[in-house]
Amino acid sequence: MLWVDKYRPKTLDRVIVHEEVAQNLKKLAAEQDCPHLLFHGPSGSGKKTLIMALLREMFGPSADKVKVENQTWKVDAGTRNIDVELTTLASSHHVEMNPADAGFQDRYVVQEVIKEMAKNRPIDTKGKKGFKVLVLNEVDKLSREAQHSLRRTMEKYSASCHLILCCNSSSKVTEAVRSRCLNVRISAPTDNEIVKVLEFIGKKEGLNLPAGFALRLAEKSNRSLRRAILLFETCRVQQYPFSSNQAIPAMDWEEYVMEIASDIMKEQSPKRLFQVRGKLYELLTNCIPAEIILKRLLYELLKKLDSELKHEVSYWAAYYEHRMRLGQKSIFHLEAFVAKFMSIYKGFLIATFG
Amino acid sequence: MAPLLRSSQPWVEKYRPRQVKDVAHQDEVVRVLTNTLETANCPHMLFYGPPGTGKTTTALAIAYQLFGPELYKKRVLELNASDDRGINVVRTKIKDFAAVAVGSVHQGYPCPPYKIIILDEADSMTEDAQNALRRTMETYSKVTRFFFICNYISRIIEPLASRCAKFRFKPLTEEIMSKRILHICQEEGLNLDPEALSSLSSIAQGDLRRAITYLQYGARTFGSYISSRELISVSGVVPEEVVQALYSACRSGNFDLADKEAKNVIAEGYPVSQVLSQLFDIIVQSDDITDEQKSRICKKLAEADKCLVDGADEYLQLLDVTSNTMRAICNLPEQFSYES
Ligand SMILES: Nc1ncnc2c1ncn2[C@@H]1O[C@H](COP(=O)(O)OP(=O)(O)OP(=O)(O)O)[C@@H](O)[C@H]1O
Ligand SMILES: [Mg+2]
Repeated sequence: MLWVDKYRPKTLDRVIVHEEVAQNLKKLAAEQDCPHLLFHGPSGSGKKTLIMALLREMFGPSADKVKVENQTWKVDAGTRNIDVELTTLASSHHVEMNPADAGFQDRYVVQEVIKEMAKNRPIDTKGKKGFKVLVLNEVDKLSREAQHSLRRTMEKYSASCHLILCCNSSSKVTEAVRSRCLNVRISAPTDNEIVKVLEFIGKKEGLNLPAGFALRLAEKSNRSLRRAILLFETCRVQQYPFSSNQAIPAMDWEEYVMEIASDIMKEQSPKRLFQVRGKLYELLTNCIPAEIILKRLLYELLKKLDSELKHEVSYWAAYYEHRMRLGQKSIFHLEAFVAKFMSIYKGFLIATFG
Repeated sequence: MAPLLRSSQPWVEKYRPRQVKDVAHQDEVVRVLTNTLETANCPHMLFYGPPGTGKTTTALAIAYQLFGPELYKKRVLELNASDDRGINVVRTKIKDFAAVAVGSVHQGYPCPPYKIIILDEADSMTEDAQNALRRTMETYSKVTRFFFICNYISRIIEPLASRCAKFRFKPLTEEIMSKRILHICQEEGLNLDPEALSSLSSIAQGDLRRAITYLQYGARTFGSYISSRELISVSGVVPEEVVQALYSACRSGNFDLADKEAKNVIAEGYPVSQVLSQLFDIIVQSDDITDEQKSRICKKLAEADKCLVDGADEYLQLLDVTSNTMRAICNLPEQFSYES
């Protein structure tokens, strides 16, 4: 088992990073009338861990016994019938799913699948908890229609079904849905907090951590705990005993983006654009999300540019990412950004050096 | 509708008023509606306003008071965005519902001779579906009344809106909100200090539902005595310092510093839309930048807001706004130099 999973705290009491939030959640879960929750925060900040620990707090160890299922629902969409496929993760008390996976059919998932689940009150033989929990991931990726469809369901069946929503950017969740939840902000852990976790794992694994090494790992990980732990384990495989200045590997895809950045700073030509396109495709086919590629590319470029150009380039990055969101083929917009950059940079070089 | 198993109901539902007179709101709305209830003569109605101001509550309460619990199911049809509301579905449902003759009268309730169709979240209906409704409304106008509920009145087509008596639900004032909150505190045996009461109202920004949710959270985490500081700590508002830091980074003219602050906002998980609106307040109020600079900044704020609604990346939009603000404050030209 990977360390990220192995050392995921199972209960709210064992959480190291968001201790205060965890304690508050614990008190909230003590009563049965917990409101709907919306967890938001950057990826790798520990939302999922808290949610799983919260479920355990509510339902005890049986919340851990989950079954993965691929289900297909037949949905009557007025004029025709469609099949909606979705993977769910369920215990006897909760169901977890990612409704945005249904793409443009996400509205049907909310209207048919989720509403049905919410309606049916769990029949509990021991007469204990009379409600179930639905965990919906990536709600910020849901279409507006789908989000609208959630609204009344969240009110009508609030006694039998408590929702836990999870997302990265709460700006993308409509105001009406946010108003129906307790918003729980999960900030990315600071470097110091990451160090604490790494030291904890180190101790459990019986490893010797040289001074400063954990901090270097933390700094490399961009405040993502998941990332830090993954890096830690990779380093452990590469070299043990650790040395404090041991190389910390970058992610493959990041090195690749770094390469693209230096490619386009070196030469601005149609030929180069064509080469870069191949590399962008490569990244996309490896399932790196387009906006992550664009952000990383911007990050690399900003490191090398004059301040005057920084403004201009970040303007275009925002511009093309927005267009990408509205369009369908992300490669076009990535490529357009690269071409734009080349043209600006070339203009700059000519103006400065003639 | 029935108060089944209140124990697992969050406070927002537990304290949803069942009677029109308990709806805390501008008296005007309540007065007109009470009148309606007495005469049992009711026009088509349109309720609009921001979330958590009592629209759904009011509509359900009217229906309930007119017909009482027993007839409710027969006389009231509730269609909301959680139902499929394609044109055909709506038409059929309404037709089937309206076709059954209004039957008996139930003692103790006015039971006027018509049925009520509540179309909640009507602004998420397509224009085509709304157009189709016009005909339906006319066809059954003798035996039905329509209640439309929405957040944005601009999304309701004019022909529908003009057929209705319109009620605007404004964000609730601090005073009205406090009254309701205090009522709940009493029921739950809570003590709020006066300062906590007013911070609760400012956190909620006119949304009573949000206020109630935070009250419950506060009560669960801090017990029966809640102070203002504690409420703010759990409320998720963006602290003033964070936005100030971003603003001073813009004034410094140092791009890297501004970038660092933008990254920090994201890492801390603050909603960028909220940060932008607080930044807007600072900009508008500051008196050491010119009107021209302000307008340049605000233009971009508006654009970014729209982009966020479209689903654009929060970090890139925030960075763009900060960069633009910086350039406006430092009087850098609006046009980029190397754009071709
Ligand atoms: N005016 C009010 N008086 C008393 N309680 C209110 C009022 N407004 C809101 N509430 C509380 O907030 C909850 C939600 O109110 P309601 O469902 O009426 O909001 P809404 O206006 O329909 O919002 P949305 O646009 O999000 O659907 C209610 O259950 C109630 O507890
Ligand atoms: Mg409503």
